[in-house]
Amino acid sequence: MARRRQDRRRYPGSMRAVAVIGIGKTPFGAFADRDLRSLAVEAGEKCLRNGRVAPEQVESFYLGNFAGPAFVGQNHLAPYVSTALGINGVPATRIEAACASSGSAFYHAWSEVAAGIQDVVMVVGVEKMTSQPTARVSQILAEAGDCSGEMKAGSTFASLFAMIANRHMHDFGTKREHLAAVAVKNHAAGALNPDAHMRKVITLEQALKAKPIAEPLTLYDCSLISDGAAAVILAPLERAREFTEKPVRVLGIAQASDYVALDQKADITTFPAVRRAGEKAYAMAGVKAGDIQFAELHDCFTIAEIIASEDLGFVTRGQGGPYAFEGCTSLQGARPINTSGGLKSKGHPVGATGVAQICDLVLQMRGEAGERQLKRAELGLAENLGGSGATCVVTVLRAA
Amino acid sequence: MRSGTVYTETVIWSAPEAFVNDAPYQTAIVTLDGGGRVTGRITGDRVAIDDRVVEVEERDGVPFFRKRQ
Repeated sequence: MARRRQDRRRYPGSMRAVAVIGIGKTPFGAFADRDLRSLAVEAGEKCLRNGRVAPEQVESFYLGNFAGPAFVGQNHLAPYVSTALGINGVPATRIEAACASSGSAFYHAWSEVAAGIQDVVMVVGVEKMTSQPTARVSQILAEAGDCSGEMKAGSTFASLFAMIANRHMHDFGTKREHLAAVAVKNHAAGALNPDAHMRKVITLEQALKAKPIAEPLTLYDCSLISDGAAAVILAPLERAREFTEKPVRVLGIAQASDYVALDQKADITTFPAVRRAGEKAYAMAGVKAGDIQFAELHDCFTIAEIIASEDLGFVTRGQGGPYAFEGCTSLQGARPINTSGGLKSKGHPVGATGVAQICDLVLQMRGEAGERQLKRAELGLAENLGGSGATCVVTVLRAA
Repeated sequence: MRSGTVYTETVIWSAPEAFVNDAPYQTAIVTLDGGGRVTGRITGDRVAIDDRVVEVEERDGVPFFRKRQ
C-alpha cells in the first residue's frame, strides 16, 4: 500500500512511466557541406538503429527547431524531416521555444507517452546556423528576445547575459575569474568528447584575456555557433526492454515560462522559470537537489551555468561562482556539470541542444561516455533554457 | 524627460547586423523614478550600476540616457 501511494505521488493520476530507449547524435561543428535535413536525418537514423526501432513503428514525431525558416529558408520542418526518415502518416509537429526548442519538444513527446496516447515517440532537435555570417546569426538569435524593446536598443543575447552577469557580480561579489572557470572546465571536458565542436583545452588567463563580446563577457564566456542534430525515442517503461538492454527512465520533468523581456523581470540574477521547472521535476521524481549526481546545464553563457546551479538548489543564491571556481563541478568534482563540454565546448546548434543534453546524460548512465565516463552516473539532470529565461525545461533521468 | 537609476549595463563589442556600425556602444536597464524599468542606450560618459541617468532623447522608440552630473 505504502509503495503504491508513493508511486501515485511521483506520477499523478494515470500517468505512465516513460523511458528513453534510443539516442543518436551528429557531431557538432561548422559543416559547410551539410544542410539542415541531412543533419536531422543522420541523428534520426542513428537513433532508430540505437533503439532498434523501424521507422513505421514511430507513432508520433516531434522536431525541436528555433529558426530554420530564418537560417536556411525552409518552413514546415517536422514532416520535411520525418518523411525523409521514412516516418510518414503520423503526427509530425515542430516546437519552437528559442534555445529550449528541443527540450520543449521532448517534454511534449514525454507527455504523449505518459498520457497513454502513443507508445513510441521520436524527438529530433536540429539547427543549421553556420551558413550565415556572425552579425546575421546575432540578428536572428535576437528575435528570441523582445523585438519591440530590448532588441530595438541594440541588445544581443550576449549583452543580455552580460547585464545579468554584471548585476550578479554587483549583488553577490561574483568575479570574472568565476565566469572564466566555467569556460575552462567545460573546455576541459569537451576536449575529451569526440563529437564536440571545439575540442580545445583553454587556460584561465586565455579566457580572461580574450576579446570582449559584451562586457564583462569575453569570447570564451559565450557558447558556439554550431550546426548539428540530436534525437531520442521514448516508450512506456514497461515496453522499454523490447528495444534496449539499457533503458533510462524519465523520473521527473517540467516546463515553465517567464517574461521574454529581461527588463520586465523583478530580479535578473535568478531565473524563476528554472526554479519552478526544477521544483516540479524534483517533486515528480521524488528526489532532492542534493541527490542529483551529475547534470547538463544550459551554459549558453558562463553566467547562465552559475545561476542555474543556484536556481536548481545545488548551491545557495550567489554561491554558484565559487562553486565552479573551486572545482566542485569538474569531471573529478563532487557533482560534475557538463561532462559533454556543454554548449561552450560541445557546441550550441540551438534547436538541437535540449535533446543533445538528454543524449549526453543517457551516454553516462549507460557507461558509454568514453574518457569522460563518471563512476557515479545513475541519477542525472538536464536544464534547457530558452532566451534570457522565458522558457525552461528540467528533466531528471535515472538508469532504469 | 524621464530620469532613473542604472539597474545593470553592458558595453557591446559584437553587435547584431543592424547595429554593427555603432559598436562599441553601451546599453542599460534603467529603473525609472516613476516606476518600471526600460532598456535603453547610453550616450556620453560610460555609466555603472547605481548611477543616476536622465533621458536625453528618443530615437525610433528607444530611450537614450546620459549620466547625471
